[in-house]
Amino acid sequence: MNNNQNYSQLKAMLAISKASFRSITRSPSAVVFTLVFPLIFITVFGFLKGGSVSLDVALSPGCDTKNPIYIGMISNPAFSVQEKMDTTTQKKLLLKGTLDAIVNIQRSATDSTYNVKLYTTMASAEKGIIAKSMLEHLIDKLNLKSANITTPMAKIEQEQLQGRIYETIDFILPGQLGFSLLSTGVFGTAFVFFNLRQTLVIKRFFATPIKRPYIVLGEALARMVFALLGAMFLILLGHYAFGFTLVNGLTTFVDMVILSAIGLIVFMGFGFVVSGIAKNEGTIPPLANIVTLPQFLLSGTFFGIDNFPSWLQPVCKILPLTYLNDAMRKVAFEGAGLMDVSAQLGVILLWGVIIYFAAVKVFRWE
Amino acid sequence: MQKNSIIQVNNLEKKYESFHAVKGISFEVQEGEIFGILGPNGAGKTTTLEIIETLRDKTSGSVSVCGLNIETQANDIKQLIGVQLQAAGYYPSLTLVELLLLFSGLYNREINPMNMLAKVGLEDKAKAKFKELSGGQKQRFSIATTLINQPKIIFLDEPTTGLDPQARRNLWDLIRNVRDEGATVVITTHYMDEAEQLCDRVAVMEAGKIIALDTPDALIDQLVATGFERKKEVKKANLEDVFLSLTGNEWKDE
Repeated sequence: MNNNQNYSQLKAMLAISKASFRSITRSPSAVVFTLVFPLIFITVFGFLKGGSVSLDVALSPGCDTKNPIYIGMISNPAFSVQEKMDTTTQKKLLLKGTLDAIVNIQRSATDSTYNVKLYTTMASAEKGIIAKSMLEHLIDKLNLKSANITTPMAKIEQEQLQGRIYETIDFILPGQLGFSLLSTGVFGTAFVFFNLRQTLVIKRFFATPIKRPYIVLGEALARMVFALLGAMFLILLGHYAFGFTLVNGLTTFVDMVILSAIGLIVFMGFGFVVSGIAKNEGTIPPLANIVTLPQFLLSGTFFGIDNFPSWLQPVCKILPLTYLNDAMRKVAFEGAGLMDVSAQLGVILLWGVIIYFAAVKVFRWE
Repeated sequence: MQKNSIIQVNNLEKKYESFHAVKGISFEVQEGEIFGILGPNGAGKTTTLEIIETLRDKTSGSVSVCGLNIETQANDIKQLIGVQLQAAGYYPSLTLVELLLLFSGLYNREINPMNMLAKVGLEDKAKAKFKELSGGQKQRFSIATTLINQPKIIFLDEPTTGLDPQARRNLWDLIRNVRDEGATVVITTHYMDEAEQLCDRVAVMEAGKIIALDTPDALIDQLVATGFERKKEVKKANLEDVFLSLTGNEWKDE
């Protein structure tokens, strides 16, 4: 037959990609993992506007309110002052940390000075310190005024550099993107190849002239296109709806998509390993969770890895997602190019080499 | 009409670790015939078929398909044959039309999916999923996927197992059509009535060996010549004829 020589493996591979892509878009779990979960987190954190300090302070019953200290407090937006609360409730809330401080201002019985008593709590130690220093600052100013000192011996001139405003979304979105790529890569790949074997779809492919590696490539391509479209959607939604910073605009966007692709390829390697060692469908989720959960928690998805105790840091520092998240944040917020994150990329690619070496060892066709 | 052999099997053997599935069989399939491989479960029918289809490695012996060697020219063979597996799966969420387009890509052939479905009487199921089909419809669809590359040989592994009498007859008609359009058909089955009606020649396998090979007529004549007689007088019709005359013989949506 004259067609024999012209058989195109590429054409056959693309037919698989197309069919597989259709199949993925109709699978609820793929859509949930890739888009819905990250979207929920991004939305929740996108609306959490961090930034200014807020101090919950209660006034003790009988606190003098006809003095400049009190007026200074309530006119400062950092203080959220609770009045009309009985002592027992105040104590209880303070111990829980719901209140940051209790203030009691009393006029001296003998002269025109005031005595300010501040109760703070270990339950909200940091804010207690802030409350104390803000009150001190307020009182210092009043003291200077009452002593008629108009030229203090020293004063601070603070000059704030016009940095970029680092919003919560700038931290959360790269983390969620990394997590989305990780779960799509691992779960998607693990289930697909296991199912293709179980349901004999792959056996039917074997009976057609396509060569085996092209079957894998075709399936992998479909996953990649789907996951990268998801990544682009998340980045653009974050940018336009929640003000996610893309320092160099389109260049940053493209760099992030390239990083996503590299991360995804490595994560898919984990998926291949899981599908190779899983004995039945029920063992896939636990195995996949062993790969994804520690990275979800320890790779700086929700908070920086600096927050973990020092004995846990080494674990954080070997996980590939840590480096992907790190590289993403550097690229997105600091405007780093791909060359500037080559150290992170190096670790990710090293993982890739290791995991694909393992994947080739455990991969099963039947 | 001059008959050429299109498949040659010589001394084919297949050993699994603890099981000798095929024990040195030889046969030829002629171009344009419907060739049946009969035998009980575990006789080695599927193993033999899958070796010829280049899906399974042989232990020893030689097999050539359309003049091509199964070991060195597997990919060329795959372009010339259509394979219906005893158990095969399709992407569960795709429609029949989408699946046919997938296979048209896999075979590098341009097809009109609706024409393919019309060939097997499934035009009205174009938007259905494979799992929503009845047993007979599933088998007809599987055959449709094997016809995409206009194969010279079609392999059917127990296509009628589990089907009701009407669905079996529908499938027989379809298989005859495929043959009449020029393909050679190799089919395995448990049903002797099927082999008798459909096959030009049959090989009977048992425990990895071919114990008889001839036309159904000749095999029956040989048995009768040994003095064999049925215990019961044969009537002009059997229960299946009764069933079919009561329930109808047309293609129906089983």
